Amino acid sequence: MILGGIDIVTLIATLMAASTPVLLAATGELVAEKSGVLNLGVEGMMIIGAVAGFATAVGTGSPVLGFLGGAIAGALLATLFAVLTQVFLSNQTATGLALTMFGLGLSALFGKGFEGVRPPATGKVPFGPLSEIPGLGRILFSHDWVVYLSLALVVAVWAFLRFTRAGLILRAVGENAEAAHALGYRVIAVRLMALAFGGALAGMGGAYLSLVRVPQWTEGMTAGAGWIALAIVVFASWRAGRVLIGAYLFGGITALQLQLQAAGYAIPVHLLSMAPYVLTIVVLVVLSAIHRRGVQAAPAALGRSFHAST
Amino acid sequence: MIRLVKRPVPSKAWSWATPLIAVLATMIAGGILFAVLGKNPVEAIRVIFWDPLFGPNAGYFRGQLLVKAAPLILIASGLAVGFKAGIWNIGAEGQYIIGAICGAALALAVYPTESAWLFPAMVILGALGGFLWGLIPALLKVIFGTNEILVSLMLVYVAQNLLAYMAFGPLKNPEGYGFPGSRNLQQYASAHNPELIAGTGAHWGVLAALIAVIGAYILMHRHIAGFRIRVAGEAPRAARFAGVVPARLVVFCLGLSGALAGLAGLFEVAGPSGQITDSFNAGYGFTAIIVAFLGRLHPIGILLAGLLMALTYIGGDMAQLMLSLPSAAIQVFQGMLLFFLLGFDLLTNYRVRIGRARA
Repeated sequence: MILGGIDIVTLIATLMAASTPVLLAATGELVAEKSGVLNLGVEGMMIIGAVAGFATAVGTGSPVLGFLGGAIAGALLATLFAVLTQVFLSNQTATGLALTMFGLGLSALFGKGFEGVRPPATGKVPFGPLSEIPGLGRILFSHDWVVYLSLALVVAVWAFLRFTRAGLILRAVGENAEAAHALGYRVIAVRLMALAFGGALAGMGGAYLSLVRVPQWTEGMTAGAGWIALAIVVFASWRAGRVLIGAYLFGGITALQLQLQAAGYAIPVHLLSMAPYVLTIVVLVVLSAIHRRGVQAAPAALGRSFHAST
Repeated sequence: MIRLVKRPVPSKAWSWATPLIAVLATMIAGGILFAVLGKNPVEAIRVIFWDPLFGPNAGYFRGQLLVKAAPLILIASGLAVGFKAGIWNIGAEGQYIIGAICGAALALAVYPTESAWLFPAMVILGALGGFLWGLIPALLKVIFGTNEILVSLMLVYVAQNLLAYMAFGPLKNPEGYGFPGSRNLQQYASAHNPELIAGTGAHWGVLAALIAVIGAYILMHRHIAGFRIRVAGEAPRAARFAGVVPARLVVFCLGLSGALAGLAGLFEVAGPSGQITDSFNAGYGFTAIIVAFLGRLHPIGILLAGLLMALTYIGGDMAQLMLSLPSAAIQVFQGMLLFFLLGFDLLTNYRVRIGRARA
């Protein structure tokens, strides 16, 4: 199906791949924010994941280990943030910004030797005859395993937050840390784990960029994807299902914008590249305009330090 | 057992000591990093911090110090006012770019007319451009309650793409043999932001930075408006009872920091850089955030922090030349500095007690 020089099936198929990095990062950040911590360092964790994942995959020849490496690197950086904000009680906004700058610098430093190298390919999942179905086959059954994993993670996080006891404790910590502490839950430990999980997913999202999307390592390659992931969590009103919608909406714009460039429309490339960022702003504005009248969707303790003695 | 006890009032002494401790800790951690990279840590630290000031070619580098410090101080002075009020403008990089585009566009539009009015008009347009770009997140926050952190940051990417568009499109030098980038304003006398005193690196932007520091000091410490800004940041409810209008404060802080960032961009494009190119922005807008925190959000502190951060830029360039240290190492260095600062800040707000708690 072709519409205005754009193949719709290809668009939807690329949309899913284009969304995966931000979907992973946003899902992780959702869990972190549900525990009451605002980590603005997603961009830094993503880019560290991108370089670490790339280096591991190139070094071992295994993309699976690459994604694992990216996740570990992201989690380590998140742990640094967690120690600073939870143990040293530093300002979360400022520390998150520091994490982003630190991550961007560190990744550029370690990535020097990897420029121009090609990573081992991440294969598509063999669905056999399913992927031969016209239209639907290309949209649903033509992706690599990370795309399906990211979808599974959204469902898992949704179920975890909604149905499990641990998920309930996590939300309690995020809504009212003092009350959770009084009930005997270990606020700091819960937050450390939530942040590390968020970092791992952000790192994995970064690794997806360098191993599958581009696939190459270039300095500063995340280009704001981490910030968009943060915006998607706001867009989603801190709900897992809506994170998926937000990420795919954003991915759709990115994919469409790339296809418009390829289709040769007479719009300058740089103006088209602005589209995802402008759209993110527009969506944020619409959402905040709606929420102004409604209930506050954010976890009540979001962004506030917790110290047991007070 | 180590316990933390909250101080009733933040410690003044620690508040000024932590930046110094953080710098020392960063030097040590940085030295370890350089050692891991296979460089002699002592030599690297000397090249970065000592040689630009007192080394053999220090005369040249001291001039560069002011060139690099001016935009940082100018931007950070504005940001600090907002940070004090709890308003997070992290899009100064975008406001810097837009200021440069607006000012340069005027000069390029009237080229080659010579007039004494041109440069002042460019300065006004540069400030206005940054002001308006900063006003976008402010108005969205005031009218719709949209998060200013995310909007101002997204606008950086919009501004960067706009800059590239301008450099390859409307502002491209028609006599540039097809190369991207505008005419060089350094060769256009009326639009040029020249060195005022030869050899010092001091251009109009340096003067503007000094005025900004003095202005910020008067505003924050000698004027009722500054008091209100500080109250709004520390106790928003109390501020509202005292008659502070939050909306007005948001517009003021984002507009002011935007205008100062725009000014910094204009002075840069008309002076040291000279040209609109797609890579014209050098990250001053982000480094200024570190400068603001390192300077304790205090105008005098920012002045010193800006000079120190400029030193790491120059020292970083030198280390790149002499020790082939990657330029990204300096970015890591600056990030670490902010980490240490935020971590050690614990000592400002808490007492560390060793022993068991008394009931």
